[in-house]
Amino acid sequence: MLLFIEQSLNGIQFGLLLFLLAAGLTLVFGIMDLVNLAHGSLYMIGAYFAATFAALTGSFVLAIILALIATLLVGMAIEVIAMRRLYGRDHLDHVLGTFGLILFFNELVRLIWGPAGLSLPLPSWLNGGFEIFPGVYYPVYRLTMIVVALVVAALLYLIVMRTRVGMLIRAGASNREMIGALGINIKLLYTFVFGIGAALAGLAGMMQAPILTVQIGMGENILILAFVVIIIGGIGSIRGAFIASILVGLIDTVGRAFMPDLLSLVLSPSAASSAGPALSSMLIYLVMAVILVVRPEGLFPAASK
Amino acid sequence: MKNLTVRNVLVAALVIFLGLVPVIAQMTGNTFLMTLFTRIVILAIAAVSLNLIMGFGGMVSFGHAAYLGIGGYAVGILAYEGIGSGFIQWPVALLACAVFALITGALSLRTRGVYFIMITLAFAQMIYYVGVSLDRYGADDGLTIYKRSDFAGLINLSDRTTFYYVCFVCLMATCYLVYRLVNSRFGMVIQGARSNLRRMRAIGFPTYRYQLTCFVIAGMLCGLSGILLANQTDFVSPAVMHWTRSGDLIVMAVLGGMGSVLGPVIGAVALLVLEEWLPHLISIVGEFVTGHPVGAAKEYWALILGPMLLLVVLFARGGIDGVLEKIRRD
Repeated sequence: MLLFIEQSLNGIQFGLLLFLLAAGLTLVFGIMDLVNLAHGSLYMIGAYFAATFAALTGSFVLAIILALIATLLVGMAIEVIAMRRLYGRDHLDHVLGTFGLILFFNELVRLIWGPAGLSLPLPSWLNGGFEIFPGVYYPVYRLTMIVVALVVAALLYLIVMRTRVGMLIRAGASNREMIGALGINIKLLYTFVFGIGAALAGLAGMMQAPILTVQIGMGENILILAFVVIIIGGIGSIRGAFIASILVGLIDTVGRAFMPDLLSLVLSPSAASSAGPALSSMLIYLVMAVILVVRPEGLFPAASK
Repeated sequence: MKNLTVRNVLVAALVIFLGLVPVIAQMTGNTFLMTLFTRIVILAIAAVSLNLIMGFGGMVSFGHAAYLGIGGYAVGILAYEGIGSGFIQWPVALLACAVFALITGALSLRTRGVYFIMITLAFAQMIYYVGVSLDRYGADDGLTIYKRSDFAGLINLSDRTTFYYVCFVCLMATCYLVYRLVNSRFGMVIQGARSNLRRMRAIGFPTYRYQLTCFVIAGMLCGLSGILLANQTDFVSPAVMHWTRSGDLIVMAVLGGMGSVLGPVIGAVALLVLEEWLPHLISIVGEFVTGHPVGAAKEYWALILGPMLLLVVLFARGGIDGVLEKIRRD
């Protein structure tokens, strides 16, 4: 039971991480109608920036803030240089063009930081256990990740639903010609949205960095999970992305933890331990396929289209 | 001489070159050329099959590499279990691909657009993880195939030249089949469904059945490519089914041009040759500019290839084949 609570918390934490990645993706997808495979590269770049700034400044928090700003700027630069030209094109063109960007960024990172991975050490105040129940300890850092991600999710919700910029973003999603005709600088709005998406992806990358190694291609597998999230949730829906990311995070983590035991009832222990993680990864795609078959536009299709 | 356009001459030259690769390799003593072009020809089959559904059918599959894996694993597993005959291996592999395509296609075709792209990706990921979980057959590390498919002494696949020509004939046969399909009544229905699905339905075509049939044919053709790939590398692993491999196949088709049957062949040659020769090119140019050998810089070919793909998307609509077509019009 304790293991279950711990794994569920891990699942929620992973899900919230996915949400940070998926929120930017679904905004860009829903508003600019752009399939951005290079979103995972921004996740990677965020992590590299954080590791570099941490080594330079020696402060974890300062490194995160600097890395966030840097990723935001990189995202806006990508939008102005490349993405802007892809709006209104076929989705296939997006796939090809941003696939090219993945190659480019992987190689650029290799050129700048070298092929070996980096690590981002945790400061001591984040490096302990927190007693969530009497006798049950949970790493402080993972708890911090949950809190930060929840705060970011709440902020995002407030910005999109309660501010003028958010209103413009929603208006842009439902009718971009009309909002342009009303005198809104739609280009600037798109650059802003893309930058925010990039910063969110970067934040996910730098939060994951202390747990995993910072390495080339680290964004590729999690990017696919983020796509699964926005497809399950319904493209363009932040609410859908939130629910779907928690769902996917829980399935992935809890499945990984308990599938081997479950399988060992029918298989030999060694076969179960190797098949378990793979089957739980498969489970996510199975869920997605089932959801798409039943609801071809995801759980919460954006109301506009 | 209406057909004697720049594009047609170049494509014919490419096909003749592909047919003569073993001769050229023999004359120059460059065995690496054989290895490279065997791989190119095999992957070209996969790209042509993808283009059948993507370019002509409008069904963008982001999970086409799954069939490379299914074809490869069918050969690998049968060989591992002691069934080395190609007469059993190949039909079983193709049948496995057909069954997978039938099931996933039947479900995927309920969705449209981006959702179709993503559901095909989901099914490919499932198969990828099945490969990872195959403990008996090497799981993550892959499965070594100790003996290539055996055709009762009729064809010896272990001979490099023979194997190359088997692949080449398969590619030509695939192109011919796709060409005939696309220009048949069946192909017209498929292309009609791409342009306007609702109208095709209104006319009274059961488009779902047509599209599903097309999906299965493409899956089997890609399975053929998987069979050949496993035989060439004597190895199969989940990595051939990774989603980036599906991405590679899309890149080949779009880079070459989706408008014609041979476009993806051009794309496969262009992409893989660039991957191989860009490093050399960079080191030559680097040495010329800096005046001394630049050993390390030649690894960074993707720095050029990546933006190049973006430029192709932005400025060369219709891919390389499309650009060649335009030369005639001007």
